[in-house]
Amino acid sequence: MLVSLELILLCQLLGEALVHALGVPLPGPVIGMALLLVLLLMRDTLTPVLPHEVGDGTLEKTSNGLLANLSLMFIPAGVGVVQRLDLVVSHGPAILIALIVSTAIALLAGVAVFRLLARLVGEET
Amino acid sequence: MNQSDFALWVYLSRTPLLWLTLTIFVYVLAERISAKLHRNPLANPVLHSVWVIGLILAFTHTPYRTYFEGAQFVHFMLGPATVALAVPLYAHRRTVMRVLLPMAGALVAGAITAMASAVLIAQALGVPHDVLVSLAPKSVTVGVAMGIAERTGGDPSLAAVLVLMTGAIGAIIVTPLMNAVRVRDMRARGFALGVAAHGIGTARAFQVDMMAGTFSGIGMGLNGLLTPILVPVFLPLLLG
Repeated sequence: MLVSLELILLCQLLGEALVHALGVPLPGPVIGMALLLVLLLMRDTLTPVLPHEVGDGTLEKTSNGLLANLSLMFIPAGVGVVQRLDLVVSHGPAILIALIVSTAIALLAGVAVFRLLARLVGEET
Repeated sequence: MNQSDFALWVYLSRTPLLWLTLTIFVYVLAERISAKLHRNPLANPVLHSVWVIGLILAFTHTPYRTYFEGAQFVHFMLGPATVALAVPLYAHRRTVMRVLLPMAGALVAGAITAMASAVLIAQALGVPHDVLVSLAPKSVTVGVAMGIAERTGGDPSLAAVLVLMTGAIGAIIVTPLMNAVRVRDMRARGFALGVAAHGIGTARAFQVDMMAGTFSGIGMGLNGLLTPILVPVFLPLLLG
């Protein structure tokens, strides 16, 4: 588990370094995700030089463990709402309406386009 | 509270240990209650944890900064969790490749409509300019949204709050909305949810259906790549 976590951190660190060195307009962890994906896609050819945790399911277990607790990780930033109560009081209803309507629109646009194109490529269920 | 109790409280309330323990405790409790209520969308564990902890901070006159010193250990894990999204993406790469075109289309449609409609509606309702900048990345996972807000001159802490509200709204409305428009394809439902409502949506999708959860995770991961590119391009046009 330690090696897997370290690999994930290493991808994130490399991502952050690339973002700052090249001025890429993407957050470091996103580049880290792309790097880990590349590592996974190449793991069969790289097996001799990679730690065994990449190939024996340990990396998957660690990653899925992190993702299973994703909800928890939103809480500290979310509690930050206590600092912004002034804004909630003054613009709360407007922001709430904007968020509810836009989320509904985005969900409907997403499923509509997905269904339409799925029919087009013969992947309809 | 007598003198020695008060001294103990003063000591503990300043240590990160207390606030870290409280965060996990409240979350576990909210999570158990959500399970007891058969995952009713209104029993969203994140939403309820946030207001309960917020009330505790208000009653104990604890500054957010003190709270965050403990909670930061949980917050820090958002970065590694974002990197970890590569794993489900890789595991389902064959299914993903088959519906690559529908996903690409839904991603672009969902990401643009989420950002543009939120900014335009809020603008029409008189929400000030600096709030609109932090509103634009509201559909991506919190770590990514905070990064975008920082780069575009917004307020990362405000962006985080808006991201959380969006996730909770998406998780609550998705099931009734999709049933109303009679979309039963769990790949489409999950994917659209992940694009519109990131990790909180994904957590909800896994409660409903495994396939929906997997596609939601992919949608959230891909939108984490797209929205950081879209916001700096579209924001000046929307605010123009």
